[in-house]
Amino acid sequence: MTTTQWNVLRNEITRKATSIGIAVAIYGVSFGALGVTTGLSIAQTQALSLLMFTGASQFALVSTIAAGGTSLAAIAAALLLGTRNAAYSLRMAPILKVSGFRKVLASQVTIDESTAMGLAYDESIEDGKASRLGFWSTAISVFVFWNLATLLGAVTASAIGDPKALGLDAAIAAGLFALVWPQIKNRYTASVSLGGALIALILTPILPPGLPVLAAAAVAFIVGWSWSKQVDV
Amino acid sequence: MWLTVLAGSAGCFLLKYLGSAIPATFLELPVVKKIVLLLPIALLSALVAVQTGANHQELVLDARAPAFLMALVALRLKAGFIVVVLVAATTAAALRHFGLAV
Repeated sequence: MTTTQWNVLRNEITRKATSIGIAVAIYGVSFGALGVTTGLSIAQTQALSLLMFTGASQFALVSTIAAGGTSLAAIAAALLLGTRNAAYSLRMAPILKVSGFRKVLASQVTIDESTAMGLAYDESIEDGKASRLGFWSTAISVFVFWNLATLLGAVTASAIGDPKALGLDAAIAAGLFALVWPQIKNRYTASVSLGGALIALILTPILPPGLPVLAAAAVAFIVGWSWSKQVDV
Repeated sequence: MWLTVLAGSAGCFLLKYLGSAIPATFLELPVVKKIVLLLPIALLSALVAVQTGANHQELVLDARAPAFLMALVALRLKAGFIVVVLVAATTAAALRHFGLAV
């Protein structure tokens, strides 16, 4: 890759990372508002965005408390939704190649968006440079926007606009899928994507939130096992 | 409340750290390599499915499904990231604005 080509790609990656940060910020404002209306202090709400920093878990924790659940139930709900991050850090480790304090930092920002961006680019580009830039730029962008948005929502105790009226719920799902799309390269990856989606939908009415998505991991195990038995790849 | 916030955050951090703490030699095994490669694809696809077709524990068909289909068409036509996202947002927003879907 020439310097010019890399510069073009680098600009594309950072632009994407910025737009992802802006999109999640609208939800960050909703989270901040939900936190304080549930009875958490501004500091506690902000601490969740800084320290927990995984949106689905944060919403689960606060919603459980709002519904009158115990602390233990709230923590359990958050952990259930945060478990998929363990699989993300497993996948990202050989790409990020970090240790010590940087490993702690990388772990803290390993979430849906940063992982999806880290995996949207071929690992072979500049020896993983594009993947690492995708991960880190999205991590920084989401962390900054998410936390500023949380503060805004917590201080004003109100959400700005209705994310649904803007179609933002659909936009976030489409954005994540657009990042999965380049990873679907053969029948194994395609069947894992489709199978994972189907399993999660089938289990949604039966299992508590978080588990249907985790259950999709079973498809990766089954297909991965049979893929490794093939000689041609 | 602080205890809940801090304990929950610590737990979520440990989960994020857990994956990266697994020894690299174990990840070199061919079968593990394939599974680890497929894991985020399975989880993110499942997440997108739930974000598109579920409301808490209920399966619902609303503005998000047609928006996702339009995004899929855009992807097949090799549209860029921003275009795909805008197509989905516009579809959902328009359907809701005109009262054609919730």
